[in-house]
Amino acid sequence: MLNRIILRGGFYGALIFFIVFSTAPFYVMLITMFKRGHDLFNPNNNPFFFNEPITLEHLDLLFTQTLYTKFLLNTFLVGISVVAITIIFAVPAALSLARMAGRWGENLGIGIFLTYLIPPTLLFIPLSRVVSTLGLQNSLWSLILVYPTFTVPFCTWLLMSFFKSIPREIEEQALIDGCSRIDAFFKILLPISIPGIITVIVFTFTLVAHEYIYALAFIQDSGKKTIGIGMTTELVRGDVFYWGALMGGALIASIPVAILYTLFLDRIISGLSMGTAKR
Amino acid sequence: MKGRYILERENILAPLLLLPVVIYVVLLVGFPFVMAFVYSFSNVTVGNPDYKIVGISNFIDIIGDRVFQRSLGNTFIFTFVSISIVLILSHILAEVLIREFRGKWLVRFLILMPWTAPIALGTIGYLWFLDSVFSPIDWLLRSSGLLGTPDSLLGPMSNMYWLGRSGLAMASVILVHVWRLLPLGTVILIAGMNSIPKEILEAAQVDGAGYFRRLFNITLPLLFPVIGVTVLFASLFTFTDMTVVWVLTKGGPPPHSTQVLASLAFLKGIQGGDLAQGAAISLFFFPVLAGVSAIVLRLAKKAVVT
Repeated sequence: MLNRIILRGGFYGALIFFIVFSTAPFYVMLITMFKRGHDLFNPNNNPFFFNEPITLEHLDLLFTQTLYTKFLLNTFLVGISVVAITIIFAVPAALSLARMAGRWGENLGIGIFLTYLIPPTLLFIPLSRVVSTLGLQNSLWSLILVYPTFTVPFCTWLLMSFFKSIPREIEEQALIDGCSRIDAFFKILLPISIPGIITVIVFTFTLVAHEYIYALAFIQDSGKKTIGIGMTTELVRGDVFYWGALMGGALIASIPVAILYTLFLDRIISGLSMGTAKR
Repeated sequence: MKGRYILERENILAPLLLLPVVIYVVLLVGFPFVMAFVYSFSNVTVGNPDYKIVGISNFIDIIGDRVFQRSLGNTFIFTFVSISIVLILSHILAEVLIREFRGKWLVRFLILMPWTAPIALGTIGYLWFLDSVFSPIDWLLRSSGLLGTPDSLLGPMSNMYWLGRSGLAMASVILVHVWRLLPLGTVILIAGMNSIPKEILEAAQVDGAGYFRRLFNITLPLLFPVIGVTVLFASLFTFTDMTVVWVLTKGGPPPHSTQVLASLAFLKGIQGGDLAQGAAISLFFFPVLAGVSAIVLRLAKKAVVT
């Protein structure tokens, strides 16, 4: 009996510790974004709660006096474009690797996956030359060009395992019935693969929202910045931090991305661990 | 009609469907990858794109550079310490989260947030958390009497200056890495734990094996491949990352207390315009990348065979 109480106590203790550890920065963002400046900038005030009535002044500043909405829009534009490119490249490639290619396809698939491991910080210097040679510096096009370098390999791999999990017989039946390969793909395989393709769309989008290093290297114009670099370079001027707006902006942009990612996390993880963690 | 017929042939259609990805990867990953090597043996700068090969002089320069040595050491320390802490904590967290309880979906969402939210934005939260004047951590320490009075444990100053003191700044960078990687490690571990057949554990329990016996003789050995892959990815990821350092400390406080290879390569190659030196610094990721790739390849081969 005592044993069980200790076990339960330990369980809830650990649970609470980890929740506090994981969410503390986000919790403080939430409080800070509604705190009056007078309340915020008194080191003796409790930073974890309101000591004065709440205010919307920081959010007002964020949305009307800064480029925040522009950063969101830029991220969104790059996100949609990269999603489109990723789908156009990855779906046919994954189909080919999963269905038609034999042994060499297996090796090529692994090869494509390995390119995903090459870190941006190894490629950003040569890529910055590529970007400037093409005249794309300070343009969202530089990001649209470069981001598929990490979204396409991973999504090809993800879709390949997805296609492989669908029994071949389904299409073969259609082929026997006189369907062409292309028709069999569009009419039979594609409709069943919608969950896999949605996973790829969501994951590509979150990867774009997460990306920091290429954006930092290629974009200097304030109006062209995406959310991560915009927030960390434009709202911090020298020593002056617009803390309320900074915290609010970070939280508002984080939550939708976190929700989307969480919904599709399990599929992404089983792709990332290359099947070693498959159920 | 004839074109259609050709598209029916797998030996033509298969390469055709792959071609766009292969071309793209060769042009925007393969080519830059090779250029990273070429640049590191050259004297190329932003102002002088017509470079010539100068041999290994870049490497001699950077290896002799104190800042580089410090960055290399920091990179190893940050990676090793963060991954070690994540390994231990993620086991505890996985044991907690594998149970069923009410409101689990919300708890899961909250605990995953450090990984699922953009890290640059999460790190902004830490900028405030570790601020030199308004740090909420310092407030807690002051409130509990650990800081701020002449006889308190952490000193008479009213603040810790987390990001202003070398050792504390390093600890702060590690803290953010751990915070960020913990959910990833946990999720992968849970997936691995779920894949262990319940019967084995039950049989062992019936035979009288206690919790730790089961943990060390069954669970951990069976989890080894999963833990291995997690450690590999997380290490490569942490080793080559610059986002946390860049947002939190910009490599400071002077002299380069938290500088890492990636941020140093950025400083020299992108901001300083010395492409050759920057490329040479980032080339130090290559051995790590090659090692991880080799192990991934072996695992993949094994997965194909079984």
